[in-house]
Amino acid sequence: MSIIIYSVLVLVLTGGIAAVILYFVAQKFKVVEDPRIDLIADKLPGANCGGCGYTGCRALAEGIVNAGSLDGLRCPVGGDKVAAEIAEILGLEASKADPLIAVVRCNGGKVNTTSKVVYDGVQDCLYAHLNMSSQGGCPNGCLGLGNCVGVCAFDAIKIDTKTGLPVVDEEKCVACGLCVKECPRHIIELRKKGIKNRRIFVSCVNTEKGGPAKKNCNVACIGCGKCEKVCEFDAIKIENNLAYIDFKKCRLCRKCAPECPTGAIHEINFPTRKEKQVVEQAEAIQN
Amino acid sequence: MKTFKKGGVHPQENKLTNDSTIEVFPLPKQAVVFVSQHLGAPSTLVVQKGDKVKAGQLIAKAEQFICANTHSPYSGTITKIDFATDFTGYKKQALYIDVDGDEWLEGIDTSTEIIREIKLDSNQIIDKIKEMGVVGLGGAAFPTHIKYMLPQGKKADYLIINAVECEPYLTSDYRLMKEKAEECLIGIEILKKALNVEKALVGVESNKPEAIKNLTNLAKNYKGIEIVPLKTKYPQGAEKQLIYALTKREVPSGKLPIEVGCVVNNIGTTQAVYYAVQKNMPLVQNILTLTGKNVKERKNLLVRVGTPIQSVIDYCGGLPQDTGKVISGGPMMGKAISDLSAPTVKTTSALLLMSEKESLRKEETNCLRCGKCITVCPMGLEPIKIAQLAENRLWEDTEKTYAMDCIECGSCLYTCPAGRPLLDLIRVSKNHIGDLRRQRAQK
Repeated sequence: MSIIIYSVLVLVLTGGIAAVILYFVAQKFKVVEDPRIDLIADKLPGANCGGCGYTGCRALAEGIVNAGSLDGLRCPVGGDKVAAEIAEILGLEASKADPLIAVVRCNGGKVNTTSKVVYDGVQDCLYAHLNMSSQGGCPNGCLGLGNCVGVCAFDAIKIDTKTGLPVVDEEKCVACGLCVKECPRHIIELRKKGIKNRRIFVSCVNTEKGGPAKKNCNVACIGCGKCEKVCEFDAIKIENNLAYIDFKKCRLCRKCAPECPTGAIHEINFPTRKEKQVVEQAEAIQN
Repeated sequence: MKTFKKGGVHPQENKLTNDSTIEVFPLPKQAVVFVSQHLGAPSTLVVQKGDKVKAGQLIAKAEQFICANTHSPYSGTITKIDFATDFTGYKKQALYIDVDGDEWLEGIDTSTEIIREIKLDSNQIIDKIKEMGVVGLGGAAFPTHIKYMLPQGKKADYLIINAVECEPYLTSDYRLMKEKAEECLIGIEILKKALNVEKALVGVESNKPEAIKNLTNLAKNYKGIEIVPLKTKYPQGAEKQLIYALTKREVPSGKLPIEVGCVVNNIGTTQAVYYAVQKNMPLVQNILTLTGKNVKERKNLLVRVGTPIQSVIDYCGGLPQDTGKVISGGPMMGKAISDLSAPTVKTTSALLLMSEKESLRKEETNCLRCGKCITVCPMGLEPIKIAQLAENRLWEDTEKTYAMDCIECGSCLYTCPAGRPLLDLIRVSKNHIGDLRRQRAQK
């Protein structure tokens, strides 16, 4: 009988002493964490994509709370909705930003370039970029080996087997910017999604002079400057034989696209052009 | 027989052009000469469109520390200064020259007479090498004069000459040692004087007995030049491996050979040094092996820099029908050429035409964990581990596994029974580590 009493006593005593020690230790090494971090982290999408520049959603939440403001801190995936929720928690005013989308600025691929060499090395854009210009000969164009597909956490980018070029799924793309960082040739760019998803952009990043660029690719920008002249909003600039449309200035007037002699300027999600314009163009060609 | 410490492979030697004497390649009508043909900062152009140039005239000047001069290999008119594709397909600044003869600049001795007496002193020699745009002809094109400007507090004990030529197929150095050994030896004497050392070690692989015999006979007339036969094993000619084989000294990780008192140069470079110092001739030509199992006329050619690769191939009977790859350099470390209209550069030592069957990669399967890549790595690295980390894009971890020490010899890739692209992945990680280091240096 006494054995049981002793053992119970010893256990109770040890437990008691340990509890007292642990209590003081816990007081001493207490980590004070702002409860708002948890609240914000709950609101974030939780995909840990890194699109905001932090390592993950919780890191962004910490960053926001530590900074105490929302300047430049924003979850590109959540967009305005999440920004408003976070602002509410912090008692701040949410900043509004235009939704962005990833745009692939190369239209070369298998269809518009002729393959001059066959690449049989590692199927990785980074490696191919170190070793060769490209199968079609363009030193700036898409290599089509799909590093962007590999990094996308939202399954929003796919390689089109017919053209060999990546295609962005408008529904799924959240503009986290991972593919932009991954692409060794800086072909993918985050551009304004636009009203009714309408966008105009130059689908080429080739900086060669017109002749060599056109030699390798039917749809290359040759830097002729026609689009620059026709633009009324000063949105188009030619630099290094390449036109670039500034999406902040572009008003989607559609004047530049028909001017492009190689069809390098793409219009997305616009209704087809009216008959009148087509007739005018045809007349212009005949004359 | 002396050799390096660990690893190495022995691929089939295939030295098919051992018996063909060096032929002088006729001058092309039009040539494309790249402005910068070396490792380091780009050189600055000193000629203009429409200028008449003579062979040996300076066309681009070195203005920074790691940089080399470029000279015109031809006499003719510069018709265009534009971007031209190099053999990787990328564009580089180049001069297009219409060749109208072979008129050399005054003061350049083009005779075959051998000049033995070295008149210049150490500093003058280094200046002369710099002026004549001599770069390492082993493959990296590192400006030679920089190797001889020793950092403060460092002293060289040995001059090491790399005459190993361990790459299969290549025979340009072998022919050089048979036909122009005397010039090379004088070149070594000059470099010895520039470096102020007593001893020069020339490492030659044992599969070139005639070259060893020839050099040993001639070296008797020169003091302090020792010809050392080395075991036939790849990569015997890698800088660090060669230093170990000859001196039993090990270059520490991330350091240069001067750390262990050695300066290493290729045998081809010694001949270029001889021409530069004794004959005032800049580096404008090199010996090129055109080879391959199906090539009709395999040749060793003396080619001027800037000759279109296509014309060299045409000269040797044209491209065989089943050619899969044209490789600039040897089969182990060379790079596949993606544009045959590209011109040769100072370091184009070989053009290897491989049939389609030979050139294709093995089908890639899963890693067997056999550890063969680790056994053959001459640097004692673990290629499999670096490759795994690289596949997962953990670039910082690849740095911790010493990916930067990889000499890119390709032994691991050659050995791998699963056909894994080990070297390719290591190269990618090296590139990324370089980026990381640059970022750190900026901070």
